[in-house]
Amino acid sequence: MDADRRGAQFERFTRLNRGLHVVMIISFISLALTGLTLKFSYTPWARTLSHLLGGFESAGYIHRVGAVLMIGLFATHIADLWRRKHREYGSWRALIFGPDTMLFTRRDMSELIDSLKWFLGRGPRPQYGRWTYWEKFDYFAVFWGMMVIGSTGLMLWFPVFFTHVLPGWLINVASIIHSDEALLAVGFIFTVHFFNTHLRPEKFPMDLVVFTGRMPIEEFREDKPAEYEALVASGRLEEHLVEPYQPIVIRTVRIFASVALSLGFLIVLWIIYAMLFAYR
Amino acid sequence: MRLDATGISSLRGRPGWWTSRLPRLAVAVAFVITPVAATTTAFSQANDDCLACHEDRTLTGTRKGKTIPVFVDAKRFAASVHGSLDCISCHADIEGKELPHDDTLQPVDCGTCHDTIKAQHARSLHGRAVARGDPLAPVCSSCHGAHDIVPVRAPGSPVAPLRIPFLCGKCHEEGSPVQKQRDIHQDHILENFSESIHGEGLLRKGLIVAPSCASCHTAHSILPHTDAESSIARRNIAGTCTKCHAEIEMVHRKVIKGALWEKELHVLPACVDCHQPHKIRKVFYDQGMADSDCMRCHDRPDIEASSDGRSLHVSAVDLAGSRHSKTSCSQCHSGVSPSRVRACETIAAKVDCASCHAEVGQRYQQSTHGQLLAENDPNGPSCKECHGTHGVLGRIDPRSATFAINVPTLCARCHREGRKAAARYAGSQHEIIEHYTESIHGKGLTKSGLTVTAMCTNCHTAHGVLPASDPASSVNPRNIPNTCGHCHHGIEEQFQKSVHATEVGVTKKELPVCSDCHSAHTIRRTDQTGFMLDIMTKCGRCHEAIARTYFDTYHGKVSQLGYTKTAKCYDCHGAHDILKVADPRSHLSHDNVVQTCQKCHEGATRRFAGYLSHATHHDPDKYPFLYWTFWGMTSLLIGTFCVGGLHTLLWIPRALQMRRARQRVEAPAAPGAGPGAGAPPPAAGPPAAGPTEAKGGDRGR
Repeated sequence: MDADRRGAQFERFTRLNRGLHVVMIISFISLALTGLTLKFSYTPWARTLSHLLGGFESAGYIHRVGAVLMIGLFATHIADLWRRKHREYGSWRALIFGPDTMLFTRRDMSELIDSLKWFLGRGPRPQYGRWTYWEKFDYFAVFWGMMVIGSTGLMLWFPVFFTHVLPGWLINVASIIHSDEALLAVGFIFTVHFFNTHLRPEKFPMDLVVFTGRMPIEEFREDKPAEYEALVASGRLEEHLVEPYQPIVIRTVRIFASVALSLGFLIVLWIIYAMLFAYR
Repeated sequence: MRLDATGISSLRGRPGWWTSRLPRLAVAVAFVITPVAATTTAFSQANDDCLACHEDRTLTGTRKGKTIPVFVDAKRFAASVHGSLDCISCHADIEGKELPHDDTLQPVDCGTCHDTIKAQHARSLHGRAVARGDPLAPVCSSCHGAHDIVPVRAPGSPVAPLRIPFLCGKCHEEGSPVQKQRDIHQDHILENFSESIHGEGLLRKGLIVAPSCASCHTAHSILPHTDAESSIARRNIAGTCTKCHAEIEMVHRKVIKGALWEKELHVLPACVDCHQPHKIRKVFYDQGMADSDCMRCHDRPDIEASSDGRSLHVSAVDLAGSRHSKTSCSQCHSGVSPSRVRACETIAAKVDCASCHAEVGQRYQQSTHGQLLAENDPNGPSCKECHGTHGVLGRIDPRSATFAINVPTLCARCHREGRKAAARYAGSQHEIIEHYTESIHGKGLTKSGLTVTAMCTNCHTAHGVLPASDPASSVNPRNIPNTCGHCHHGIEEQFQKSVHATEVGVTKKELPVCSDCHSAHTIRRTDQTGFMLDIMTKCGRCHEAIARTYFDTYHGKVSQLGYTKTAKCYDCHGAHDILKVADPRSHLSHDNVVQTCQKCHEGATRRFAGYLSHATHHDPDKYPFLYWTFWGMTSLLIGTFCVGGLHTLLWIPRALQMRRARQRVEAPAAPGAGPGAGAPPPAAGPPAAGPTEAKGGDRGR
């Protein structure tokens, strides 16, 4: 849906979170492209791509820069959580177990069941809140992925340092975990996440809310009825209303998002090709 | 000259005994002589006085602490050429001494009387050896004896013509100390001489006019042929031979102009060039032709063969500048009859270079080139195809077609793609010349102008060219390490100790040789990307499984992307010195492996070396950790995708419904306007109700 409507819009994401998501896109796609050239080095595409990226040495450099960016954004996110704990929640308990928690709750379980019922035509669309269960899943999938891929990636980056303590064969194990977990992350983000947030028919071709941070109120009410009603009931909806962006901003964002999406799809196609026709 | 115990022994008729004791001659011998006769002043010893003691057969003296017999046979002495002389004429130092005299006597000096001969001997090889103190050097008595010297022609003389070969042979026969220990270039001198026409005349026919050793070498002025004054020096040899073979130049008239014989001997062959010293045989050498006789006709530019019209012109300039400028026409074009007006009309055979270049000719005949020619194959190259004819130049002459830098062009005449040799070739090597020119050897030769770089004949040989399949070929796999090792000797040494050497490797498979990794004609620098990346597939031709697993790990994957600074097979295993990992000298042995890793990974530890550089996650027995990690990760991946994918698939129909419902709501709301215009106010209710109703409606259907 177009986001450039006149009138106030609901601000769903903070400026920082939007920035982090953009950094995430850039670093993730760079890491995916450069990393997969190595994983699928036996396909002609990998060789061509590696060549396009300036040869393996430069691809490796890009990969490491991407890694540093991602570690940086991870740290920034943790620091942000810390800050928000102080400012908005007062305690970790309030942050973690509050109504806007990212953790899976009983409510998520029932929403999942209700969703399945809805999919199968056995019930209405659940009244989703601020974070749906699939959004929470995305969040923790990325969280877990960063821990796993990041730690094994550091082992592969500094093998001499790590083998002062760890046995050499763990480097082999690390490389399998690193590359397969990365394959999972890339595959999941570029298919399931893309569909759930951008491609599902009511959002098609993309949902710009994560870039602009704002969405039309009626779309918000439709998407997250529980959150909307809670805000209306508490009378705090006005606090979250902002002016929409200029069309030029929207256009720029749209171009960026299109590029990112297309790259993601190309990478998925390449993975499918490599797995089906060239795997060994 | 010393007349001493040596001489006495020879009087006793034991030839050989004295030669073996020659060393001792250097020291004077003691004689015990009874002084009897008076001199003009006091008294002079008469021979009888000496013989009073020395006629005693049991009389002994001492020399250097050794007891030696000092008997003198009075009869034989009286019969000798010196029989009329007094003992003291030779043993001058005893004169006037009390008898019996001291043990120590001065050596006898024959030069007192024979002064000319003494001077000749002193200048000769023998005399110079004596002066040097050479214990093997002969003095007068070594050949002539001592008290029993008889005239040269007397039958008993050791220097009689018939006995000279034996006399000289005592020192110069095969196996004697002189022949073995001194610098004498001729071998089997006596055997060869005895079989030569000279030896036959002297020894079998008893012709005392036949030459013996001294006839050519002289008796006392024996000098090496390098000495200009020697009778066998190149300049003098004709004079020496013509002492007997007077007017021999008449026989050689066609070859050697009479006038040159004396004036310009250096441009002529010496007798020994054709008639080898000591081996002179009784054969009639082909009568030669003077080149000028040939050139009378062949100098004409228009001379043609009557049979096929080919030019028979011979360029005198070419000939003069050629390697064979000093070879006469008839030496190659043999079979001429100088007595005829057209001496060449009796020539029946083609030029046979092998008549001089026998060894090369033999190799050539066994080569593919020679075999083709022998079968009268028109493709078979003869000597002249490569070497030319009258203008033949040596291979060190840059103008020569066989000069190193010109050889590829020479071979390319037939071996370039499409030419006659390439056309009949059925092997795997193609565009040989082009590939070679681009190879490191070719560039070295043609671009850097290095004449020492390998070109065609360095590997294939010049005359023994054989296909690689022939076990005798220099490029047969078994011989390749040796062939390459001619230049790359250090590498060959390493290689021959490696597992790939036939002496070391234990396998039924064919072991690799240089060309399997480096190729034959496309040899590249090993520090170039192409070579470095190719080597893995080359090793992988035999080491299939291990190469595949290499490509499963980081080093292999990276190199597959064209990165060369990563570990390739030879970085860890070594290039030419590959050994089994179990071998303590291997780069990968327990003691060396950490150091090998450290070549690239500075600070690598033993734990680091535990990295499995050929690991695969497909082998549960060998690498269970990797296997289970892989399958664990893969299950996680498949599981996540199944759940996520199923969830998405189930969602799609509802999502499509929502989209349609929204379009139904929006379409009447903004007819003819863009989707951004005329949006309903945020607080309005209908949009929220729309989908809900739609859903309800759907559900009801």
